[in-house]
Amino acid sequence: MQALEQLTDEYARARQDARFQAELDDLLKNYVGRPSPLYFAKRLTEHCGGAQIYLKREDLNHTGAHKINNALGQALLTIRMGKKRVIAETGAGQHGVATATACAHFGLECVVYMGEEDIRRQKLNVFNMRTMGAEVRPVTTGSRTLRDAINEAMRDWMASVAGTHYIIGSVVGPHPFPMLVRDFQSVIGRETRAQCLEKLGRLPHEVIACVGGGSNSAGMFYPFVDDADVRLTGVEPGGRGSTPGEHASTLSYGAKGVLHGSYSYVLQDADGQTSDVHSISAGLDYPGVGPEHSYWKDTGRVQYTPVSDEEALSAFGQLAQLEGILPALESSHAVAQAIKTAGQRSKDEIVVICLSGRGDKDVYEVARLLGKDI
Amino acid sequence: MLDSLTRISEKFAQLRNAGQMAFMPFITAGDPDMDLTLALIRELAKRGVDLIEVGFPYSDPIADGPVIQASYQRALDRKLQVRDIFAAIRSLHAEKEPIPPLVGMVSFAIIFRLGAEKFVRLAAEAGFSGLIVPDLPGDEAEDLARIVKSHGLDLVELIAPTTTPTRVARIVKNASGFLYCISVAGTTGVRDTLPAELREQLGWLRTQTDLPLAVGFGISRPEQVDELRGLAEGVIVGSALVKQMQLLADGKATREELLRACGDFAAQMVAATKRTRL
Repeated sequence: MQALEQLTDEYARARQDARFQAELDDLLKNYVGRPSPLYFAKRLTEHCGGAQIYLKREDLNHTGAHKINNALGQALLTIRMGKKRVIAETGAGQHGVATATACAHFGLECVVYMGEEDIRRQKLNVFNMRTMGAEVRPVTTGSRTLRDAINEAMRDWMASVAGTHYIIGSVVGPHPFPMLVRDFQSVIGRETRAQCLEKLGRLPHEVIACVGGGSNSAGMFYPFVDDADVRLTGVEPGGRGSTPGEHASTLSYGAKGVLHGSYSYVLQDADGQTSDVHSISAGLDYPGVGPEHSYWKDTGRVQYTPVSDEEALSAFGQLAQLEGILPALESSHAVAQAIKTAGQRSKDEIVVICLSGRGDKDVYEVARLLGKDI
Repeated sequence: MLDSLTRISEKFAQLRNAGQMAFMPFITAGDPDMDLTLALIRELAKRGVDLIEVGFPYSDPIADGPVIQASYQRALDRKLQVRDIFAAIRSLHAEKEPIPPLVGMVSFAIIFRLGAEKFVRLAAEAGFSGLIVPDLPGDEAEDLARIVKSHGLDLVELIAPTTTPTRVARIVKNASGFLYCISVAGTTGVRDTLPAELREQLGWLRTQTDLPLAVGFGISRPEQVDELRGLAEGVIVGSALVKQMQLLADGKATREELLRACGDFAAQMVAATKRTRL
């Protein structure tokens, strides 16, 4: 609790500090390569035969995903708090890589907790993290995935708060994390909004993003929340079906509960025990979801819908063949939803997909699923 | 109910009059089944423990270390449900032999899911004397504290070495029964030495509240009890007994051996806590 209060106070001060903002903006521009392009996917649009589809290319960021936006922001806060050690949890490994990168950049000690099952699925990212000097600690408790990695990171933090900051990777966990991560990721939505106005002279009709814990979608949606005419669609990992244990669609099938210090929708049984979850993508494999997404669901501002493993895998291949872009399996869920619905829109309508990450990390898993050797 | 002493307060008052400390072991409910849990409670009662902390298995126990999480997981793997715990504990209280006050250690996720009012009512009906909710911040516990007190139970709050004085003041307002003082930052588990800062914090806490102070996290040996004499009114031992459950699960001990080992351990700790002040 003391660490959370310290973080809340430090972030409040940082927000008022022009130097902090300037330093972060400079890193985002010169180190990450922002702004990321808003790209017109011409052949995908023709294929779907409806709305014009644009891709917000977070996959082109340094480290290959949106996670770096938050990792750098929180690393700057770590330094402001005078802490020298950083811990993080990771599912697909993108947040782990982003955190390891930020720590290498600033010379901070870095420990990343990662479920044993995810280490198997995401070898490339594990190698990258270790190469950058991070220690990757395998998590062997529970389901050995993202949720267990969060448990272990929280345990580490309780024993190490004095000199350690926990860079949580999504809009989950106790306050102020959901707000903090959303703010650092909001650069995605702010850029997208400005790019739409500049290039297209108008706001999009719909914005689509995938939701696991919900960081890329929260960052994408937040700047559009007051634009009532922009439809916001969050795509959840539908896995193999709606039976408990076969998916990770927290908002579609969950109930109100408490997990990891937030009151939100949770996939759980009648006793409040967290359900096991499944998704083809390690980064969406989480039984909770950011509390603000739960709020947006309840107010009806964002529509949440599941997309199956199979649809995501198919979208992965289609985007590769139609656009020459390999999307992350997480982002493939958002692409799949656009492919399903863009055809129902007229050709002068605009749909933006948040392409939250690139698919390099997933090729071994995709090859395995397709029964091919690499 | 509000004016009469709760069972927990009564127990601490008796011990204080006798110049003795409380010994409170922790056990997991339902590892591997409620029959063993009940047998263990009977054994511990026979050996003279003062209170027993009963852990409700939870899938994501972030405040607990690997030993207790593994124990929780074994119980959940066998489909233990909250209602099984309540039913068994209720049956125990129907028996003739006296049972020491039981304090349920339970995640707020479980309480919220069942509904606080309903959960606390069921706990009271089963015969629990108090609740500890390790993942509910003490200064956000006002509503739950009210419900718990209305059923004549105590809501035991945790104080960590990192808890700031301002928060201690807010937490103590919602606390009753005793304060659970965490000896070191971090999660439960067996440790070798008691940190020096603990002595200082206990002394300071004494000036902030009349509630008895019980120290837990990393306590496992009778000698540690001597170190705490005069500083705290009780000691809590968690992982040490649960480790015996691990041996049972691994096939390295029988049920009888587990009961005897836990009983012998408890007897040692009881003896240490009952030595009157020098």
